[in-house]
Amino acid sequence: MILVYVETSAEGIQEVSLETVTFARTLSEAGNGVPIDAVVVGPAPNDLSTELASYGVRNVHHASGDDFDLFSGAATASAVIAARQVAGSVVVMAGGTNRGNEVVARVATRLDVPMAANVVSFHGLSPFVVTRQVVGGAALEEMRLGKRPAVFSVAGHAVEPVPAETPGAGSIVPLAVDLAPEDLLGRVTSVEGADTDDADSLKSARVVVGAGRGAGGPDGFGDVIELAELLGGTLGVSRVVTSLGWRPHHEQVGQTGSRISPEVYIPCGISGAIQHWAGCASSKVILAINTDAEAPMMTKATYAVVGDMHEVVPAINEEIRRRRG
Amino acid sequence: MTDVLVCVKRVPDFSGEVLLTEDAQSADARFVGYTMSNHDQCAVELGVQVAAATDGQVTVLSIGTADSVEQLRSALGVGATAAVLVEADPVALGPADVAHEIAQVVSERDYGLVLLGNDAADSGDFQVGIRLGHELSRPVVTGVQTLSVDGDTVSARADGPDGREKYSVPLPAVVTVMEGGVEPRYPTITGRMKAKKVEVENRSLSREPVGSGRVKLTLPPPTPTNAEVLGEGPETAKVVVDLLQKLGVTR
Repeated sequence: MILVYVETSAEGIQEVSLETVTFARTLSEAGNGVPIDAVVVGPAPNDLSTELASYGVRNVHHASGDDFDLFSGAATASAVIAARQVAGSVVVMAGGTNRGNEVVARVATRLDVPMAANVVSFHGLSPFVVTRQVVGGAALEEMRLGKRPAVFSVAGHAVEPVPAETPGAGSIVPLAVDLAPEDLLGRVTSVEGADTDDADSLKSARVVVGAGRGAGGPDGFGDVIELAELLGGTLGVSRVVTSLGWRPHHEQVGQTGSRISPEVYIPCGISGAIQHWAGCASSKVILAINTDAEAPMMTKATYAVVGDMHEVVPAINEEIRRRRG
Repeated sequence: MTDVLVCVKRVPDFSGEVLLTEDAQSADARFVGYTMSNHDQCAVELGVQVAAATDGQVTVLSIGTADSVEQLRSALGVGATAAVLVEADPVALGPADVAHEIAQVVSERDYGLVLLGNDAADSGDFQVGIRLGHELSRPVVTGVQTLSVDGDTVSARADGPDGREKYSVPLPAVVTVMEGGVEPRYPTITGRMKAKKVEVENRSLSREPVGSGRVKLTLPPPTPTNAEVLGEGPETAKVVVDLLQKLGVTR
């Protein structure tokens, strides 16, 4: 049995969880079709059952009630462990988000087993060896998970979320969880919608226009913001931009910022350090604009324009406006 | 008064290509040097802020080679007043080992708050803080960007999937920190001078490490470097917009 911790938000099931269930199906096939169950903690979207069924999930163990209305890592881990006992799982997985990593780390700690973060593939089942991202994805580690259950998170964008050819039942199974008082000590007390809305829009944007040190200063972002608006996209920036205080951190793309996978990423004045590449490597098409034709971002991109972003981007904006009349 | 223990890790300062050692057990940083994980730098900053606001002290701890003193001195230069080095080969340690060694130090002293980076820039394990809290039977909050201490409570803010999440957790507690809430301060000349004078406490491992399960490190296939150059300068705009239309992101 494979158990996947599925994250939900006000918008529904997180895409990374659907990626994780897709990854779980590969594992299931290697294990002669062992069933995949999901565990959902807290308020659930209406189409939870239908969507997870379409991804091949058999049962959806759902822990709900006042204790789960606001996130507590310890309480969520208790729910996952309870679901594992019900389902008899030998594998426990989550998406490689901050929350997913936290929950599986807590599960592994309490079950006294190892945990592998940001797994991208697996090799055989006995021994169970996974490959996971380290150094922000610039290197990979083969890691042996020698105890059961095998507990790990799946790196974002490691697989495309694909519905199953044969749907599962997606049956909702209410989950009873005995919480200890300490499970609720580190619990969220309130949530304010704020900057993270912007970070979420960055992660899900179809077009991202990036800007780096080449912007030159806090006033150097007007043209790239306009290009993002013209393309219905979002601004993303490199770490140096946020470190210098030119733009807020929630706009940062990279190892310690958002990981994006837009249809088109247009990095302007970004050299392409590995920490930034870690956040944008999953972009479908990269169109880099930089004065340095040899910058890593320019050579790794799909398309490159050699030039000063302060000259090239306004010209692109003008051409788009001209064609739109 | 809240005494804070901040745990920091010496990590390779990669910005370009990553190289591996011949035995494929670690990243080879001989040509790039070392630094402190970004999240750890923010943890030091938050620790210094909390100590200043509560008349407490900051102790900084690192587990690694003797060269990790460099990162300890960096933290001492910005306000930490004591430093502990648990000398060990970091390749031999797994997250449970690191958490266990930190727990030994914490259990001997009265640190109300333990701060760590959310994950290390090199190994990216995402679990040392959680294993530490479990071993110490303390609550753990992860991914925190700002925090303050009032009496016996730490108030913290983290970014969650639905917005800014607030936590209010009783001390003693363990908190893991993420970049983005505070700007790490630079050391002053006076701070650097003071840092040099602090005697670093040296310890050795308290038990045989269980290890990380690492088989080996590998490098991903290199990203193709065959970008199609569309042209130079602003006159490329027409070609670029043709491409954007072809890609279906503008009309």
